[in-house]
Amino acid sequence: MAEKPKVFFHIIRERYCKGCNICVAFCPKQVLVLKDGKVFPERPEACIGCKMCELRCPDFAIEVRAKGEEPVAATESGPIDFGVPPEAHHV
Amino acid sequence: MGDTLSYFRQDMLPHIWCPGCGHGTATGALVRAIDRLHLDKNKVCIVSGIGCSSRAVGYLDFDTLHTAHGRALAFATGIKLARPELKVIVMTGDGDCTAIGGNHFIHAARRNIGITTIVMNNNIYGMTSGQYSPMTPKGFFGTTAPYGNVERNFDLCELAKSAGATYVARATSYHVPLLIDLIEKALLNPGFSVVEALVQCPTYMGRKNKIGGPVEMLNWIKEGTVNVKAAAALPPEKLKDKILIGELYNKQEGEYTADYDALIARVQRKYDKFQGGLYGCASNSD
Amino acid sequence: MSKTTAKLMQGNEACTIGALAAGLEFYGGYPITPSTEIAEICAEELPKVGGKFIQMEDEIGSIAACIGASLAGKKAMTATSGPGFSLMQECIGYAALTEVPIVIINVQRMGPSTGMPTSLGQGDLMQARWGTHGDHPVIALAPGNVKECFELTLRAFDLAETYRVPVIVLSDEVIGHMREKVVLPDPSEIHPLRRAAPATRAGYKPYAADPDGGVPLMAPFGEGYRWHVTGLFHDESGKPTNKGEIADTLLRRLARKVDKNADILADCFSESLDDCDVAVISFGSSAMSALSAVRRARAEGVKAGMLRLRTVWPFPEAIVDKVASRVKRVIVPEMNLGQLALEVERVVGCRAPVTRIGKVNGELFHPDEIYASIMENK
Repeated sequence: MAEKPKVFFHIIRERYCKGCNICVAFCPKQVLVLKDGKVFPERPEACIGCKMCELRCPDFAIEVRAKGEEPVAATESGPIDFGVPPEAHHV
Repeated sequence: MGDTLSYFRQDMLPHIWCPGCGHGTATGALVRAIDRLHLDKNKVCIVSGIGCSSRAVGYLDFDTLHTAHGRALAFATGIKLARPELKVIVMTGDGDCTAIGGNHFIHAARRNIGITTIVMNNNIYGMTSGQYSPMTPKGFFGTTAPYGNVERNFDLCELAKSAGATYVARATSYHVPLLIDLIEKALLNPGFSVVEALVQCPTYMGRKNKIGGPVEMLNWIKEGTVNVKAAAALPPEKLKDKILIGELYNKQEGEYTADYDALIARVQRKYDKFQGGLYGCASNSD
Repeated sequence: MSKTTAKLMQGNEACTIGALAAGLEFYGGYPITPSTEIAEICAEELPKVGGKFIQMEDEIGSIAACIGASLAGKKAMTATSGPGFSLMQECIGYAALTEVPIVIINVQRMGPSTGMPTSLGQGDLMQARWGTHGDHPVIALAPGNVKECFELTLRAFDLAETYRVPVIVLSDEVIGHMREKVVLPDPSEIHPLRRAAPATRAGYKPYAADPDGGVPLMAPFGEGYRWHVTGLFHDESGKPTNKGEIADTLLRRLARKVDKNADILADCFSESLDDCDVAVISFGSSAMSALSAVRRARAEGVKAGMLRLRTVWPFPEAIVDKVASRVKRVIVPEMNLGQLALEVERVVGCRAPVTRIGKVNGELFHPDEIYASIMENK
C-alpha cells in the first residue's frame, strides 16, 4: 500500500514578505502566488516539501512544514560563571 | 530543520534590505548552517564591517559587532585571539572585504586564524547606492562607472587561497543548499575559512546593468556559474566566462590562536622559575 | 616586607611594565619608531602571564584588534607614534562611541608626515583631542619622566575601565627613550580595577545609563549577554537608530563622562607656583628643561613657577585659571608651533600675556632658552 503522501503546509509571515516574487517564480510545483503583494499558497496540496521557497526567501517570510513537524529551537547553554564577579560594582 | 527564527532578534525584523536582495538569503544560509551544527548561541561572535551586507549582524541573536568599513576581520582577529574558544564569524560584502578591507583579508588568511568569513558579493556598493566595486566585472555599469567599468576584478577565492586560507568555497543565492553545505564545512574548519556567496542586488546591479529584477538576476547568476565538480568533465570552451562554485580548497593547517596558546605553554614552562616578577622583565632595549 | 626594587629603566619599558601591572592581557600593535620597544617587551612578557601579543598588518588593524579583545573581556593596549596615531583615529572615535575601554600610547616624534622619526616632537597634542571626526570624549595623560610612564599607564587603564573611554598616554621620543633610576611599588600594592560584568543577562541594556555622564557596565562577549555593538548611533539596547533626540542624549552623556569628572581627572606637577610672577606651563619632555630654567631663575631671586600638566585632556582649566589670576606673565614652551598655548591662552585670557616658545627642530629645549625668556621682562 503506497505510503500516504505527506501533506505540507506553509507558514507565511506577511509582515516580512516584500513581494519579491522569488519563491513564486522558483517553486517547481507553482504552489505559490502573490496576492496584493504578499505570498499566498494557492495550491498547497501540490507542495512536495522541497523548501526551496523557504531557503531562497530573503526575508524569512515563508516556511514549509510537514504535518506534526516541530522545528527545534536554537541551542543556548545556561548561565556560565563569569570570569569577573557580576556583583562587583565600580563608579 | 531547526527553528530558523530562533537565531534572529525578531524584534528587529523585517530587515532593511530591498525586496529580493540576496543578502537575506545568504544570512539565512549562515543561520541554517549554524543550526545544523547546533552551535551554542552564547559562544558565537559575528562581526561585520560597513555596507548593506554588514547590517546582517544586527538581526542575529549572538554577540554581534558592527565595526568600521573594511575592518571586520581586524576586530574579529582581536576577539578570536583574546578568546579562542569562541566561534568567530565575519559577514562582509565585496566592497567592505576586497576594497578598503583587502589588506586585513590577506593577512587574516595568511595567519590562518580561526575565523569563518562569509563574503556576500553582489558586485556593487549597495549601501551608497550603486557605485562599482573591485568585484564589478569589466564593462559593467555603476553610478561611478557611467560609461562602463574599465577596471578588471580579481578572483577572490584565488586570492584567498594564495594568501593562505585553508578552506575556500563559493556558492550563490540561487544554489542555497550548496551554500549551506559549504558554510557548514567552513565553520568546521579550525583555520581561516572563506565562503564567497554571489548574491543579487536588484536595486542597483540589476537595474544599472539591465539584468532585471530578483528572479532574472538569480537566473543570470545560475547561468554564469558551474559547479567545480561538473566543470572537470566539461570542455574548456564551455567554461569560458563561467564562475566556479563549490568547494575550491580544503587543507587543514596549524590554526593561529592554537599555535599561540602552544607558544604560551612553552614560554611558561621555560619561565616557571620566573622569580623576576613584574620588574624582572627583560629589558631588551639595550 | 614590600620588596621595592630600584632599576635603571627606559621610559617605553616603564610604560609596558605599568600596563602589565594594570593587568594587560592583549597587545595589538605595529612597529614604529620611537614606540617599538613597547611592542617588543610585550611580545616577550605577555606570554609569560598568559597574555596575547599580535603584530597586525597596520595600525588600523592594531587598534581594531585591541577593541575586539577589549570587547572579549580583556584589558588591551596598543602603542604607536604620529603616523600610526593618525591611522588609528577612526577607530578611536569608534571606541569612544561604543564606549569600549582601550589604552593607546602615542610616543610622539617630530612630524608631520614621516618627519624626523628619531627626533622629538610634541605636535600631536591637538590630534589627541580632535584627531577623529565628530565630538567624542577622550582622556590623555602626558608622562614627564620615566616613573610617570609607569604611573600614568597604570592610571590610564583604570580610567579607561572606569569611564569606558579611549585613554591616550601622550609620551614623546625623549621621555620614551631616556633612562632613569626608578623605584617602582611592590606589585602586591598595586590593585588595578577589574571590570565588573552586569549581573543580569535577561533584558541587558548595554547603554542604559544616567544621561548626566553615567557609565553603564560592559558585558564581555562570549558570556551569554548576546548584545549588539555598532558604530552607528544606538539606543539603550544597542540597536542602531536615526532618531535625533536619542543621538543627542547619547553624545551629551558621552561628553559628560569626562567633563563631569574634570577635577578627578585633573593632575599636575607644580613647583613654587604660590608666590610667582611668571609661570611656565608645559608638558612632557619640554617641562624637564622648563623646570631647570625655573629653578635657576628662582635661585637668582626671580619669582618663577612651574606648572606641568600630567593630564592634558580634559585640559585642567581650574588649575590654569588659578595660576592665571595670580601671575604677571605666562610662558608656554613646547615642541610645536603652539598647541598647548592655544588652551592656555583660552583660559588665561587677557589677565596676563602668554609667551609662546615653539621649537620645531627636533632637539629638546636647552634650559637656557626658557631661562632667557623668563629673564626677558621679569
